[in-house]
Amino acid sequence: MDKTYAEINAKIKEGKAVVVTAAELIELVAEKGLAQAAREVDVVTTGTFGPMCSSGVFLNFGHSAPRIKMHRLWLNNVPAYTGIAAVDAYLGATEVPEDDPLNSTYPGEFWYGGGHVIQDLVARKPIHLKATGYGTDCYPRRKIETTLTLDDINEAVLFNPRNAYQNYNCAVNLSNRTIYTYMGMLKPGLGNAHYSTSGQLSPLLKDPYFKTIGLGTRIFLGGGIGYVAWHGTQHLPFIQRDVNGNELGPSGGTLMVIGDLKQMDPRWLVGTSYLGYGATLSVGIGIPIPILNEEIARFAAAADEELYAPIVDYGEAYPNRLPGNLGYVSYAQLKSGKIMVNGKEVPTAPLSSYPRALEIANLLKEWIQKGKFLLAEPVQLLPPPSDQPTPAILK
Amino acid sequence: MAPKKVVLRFSADIADKPIIYRLVKDYDLIINILKANVNPQKEGTMVLEVIGDLYAAGLDYLRRQGVVVQDLTQEIVRNEDLCTDCGACTAICPTGALYLKRPSMEVQFDSDACVVCYLCLKACPVRAMEVRF
Repeated sequence: MDKTYAEINAKIKEGKAVVVTAAELIELVAEKGLAQAAREVDVVTTGTFGPMCSSGVFLNFGHSAPRIKMHRLWLNNVPAYTGIAAVDAYLGATEVPEDDPLNSTYPGEFWYGGGHVIQDLVARKPIHLKATGYGTDCYPRRKIETTLTLDDINEAVLFNPRNAYQNYNCAVNLSNRTIYTYMGMLKPGLGNAHYSTSGQLSPLLKDPYFKTIGLGTRIFLGGGIGYVAWHGTQHLPFIQRDVNGNELGPSGGTLMVIGDLKQMDPRWLVGTSYLGYGATLSVGIGIPIPILNEEIARFAAAADEELYAPIVDYGEAYPNRLPGNLGYVSYAQLKSGKIMVNGKEVPTAPLSSYPRALEIANLLKEWIQKGKFLLAEPVQLLPPPSDQPTPAILK
Repeated sequence: MAPKKVVLRFSADIADKPIIYRLVKDYDLIINILKANVNPQKEGTMVLEVIGDLYAAGLDYLRRQGVVVQDLTQEIVRNEDLCTDCGACTAICPTGALYLKRPSMEVQFDSDACVVCYLCLKACPVRAMEVRF
C-alpha cells in the first residue's frame, strides 16, 4: 500500500502521522517485519552533526550613508568575499584571519575562522565589521568600521555547497609520524582510526538511491528550517562492493543546502578548529524520509551492521591521491571502539557526534508530530548512484 | 624539600625498558608511582612523586631516554557547555580518561585517570578541554 506526500502531510496536519527516528525504525522492522513497519510508519527522521567545510553564509548588510561598494571586508578580522554587489558578501567557514600563523608554527591551532564568525552571528554576539572601498561616483565612501549583530542586517542566508556527505573514509595513518588532518590527529603506525558519519542515523545513508531527497526537500538545518538547493559539489554516488561483488552500502552523495541563518541556533552551527588543518563549521542536518513504499522503508532501515566505510591511509595514500583502500569496515565495528587493520587492532573514534545526531532526529520527529514541519515533495530528485563514478582530476 | 609530581610519557619504543629502575639505582631518588598506564598502542604514561638530591639529573636522564617530562601542577577539566560529544579526543587520550559510553556514544571524562598530558586540549575541535591551575 503506497503513500503519497499529500496523504502523509494530511496526517501530519491532523496530528496522526506515525514518525520514528531511523534508529527506532530498525528496531520496529526487527520486531514487526518490514512490510508491517512500512505500512505503519509515515516518516523516518535522520540526523547528522559534524564538521562540514563547504559551508558559508551570504550576507547583505544594508547600505551606509554615504554609500560604500565594499571591495575588501573583514568580520571579526576574518576576510569575506565581496566580488558581488556593493554590500553583499559571502563568508566561508574555513576562512581565517590574514595574520593567522597558519601552519608556520606546525601544527597550527586555527583558533578562529569563518565558522566561528557564523556561530557568533547566530549567537547574536556583536560582530566587528571593517570594509574598504575604492570610491565611485555612486559609492563614494572608502572605509567603514562598525559593530553589528545578526538582527541589524538585511539578510543572512546559510548556503552550503557540500554538506551531509553520504559516507566518509575511516582515516588511519600508516606513516611513522603523527599527522594532523581534517580527520583529526592520527597517530603513527595505525595508532588510531577516525570516522565521521552517524552511520544508521545519517541522512543520505538512508536513501541510497535518492528516491525521496531532491531539490526543495525541507530539512532541519542548523537548528532551523532549510532546504536542499541542489546536489552538493562532488556528488558522485555509487554503491560500494567488496571483491566478491557484495553490496556494502552507498557512498559519494552530497547535498547543497540553504536556509535563513536568522532562525538557526548556535547549538547546531559550531565553529570548529582542527589542529594543523584549519578552521571549519560543524553543522547539524536532519532530513525526513517519507515512507512512500516498502522499498524506501527497507533502505531507511539499514543498520550499522549493513553500512560500511572504506579504510584509507592519510599518511601517504590520501594526500598523494593514490587509488584503493585498506578494506571496508562496518559502522557497527567502528562504533564498537576497535577494528582490525592490516592484522592490527586499532582503536576507533568518531569526529561526528552521534548523541547530537540523535538529538536532531528526535527534534525533527517532534516538529513533525506537532504539525510544525510538513514534508516538501522535491521538484526534482538528485542524480542516483552510477556504476562508474568519475571524479574530475585537476591536472 | 617536598617531593615533586611529574607526568612522564613513554613512546611505544621505550615503554618496555626498565627506565624508572635507573632513577632509583643510579640517581638515588625516592619515587612513588601515583598512576601508571600502558595503552593498547604500547604508549606509557606515569604520574610520579620524586624526591632526592639528584632530582634534576634524574629528570635529565629521563629526557635523554626520550621520555616526555612535565610538571604536574595543573588539572584538566571538560567544559560541558562547549563539548559536542563528537568523540575526537577519545582515541587520542593515552590513558582512557576520555572515553565513549556505549551504546549512547556520549563522551565521558574520568579525571582520576587523567595524567595532564594536554593532548586533548589540542585534539578537541571545539576547545572544550581546559586547563585549571
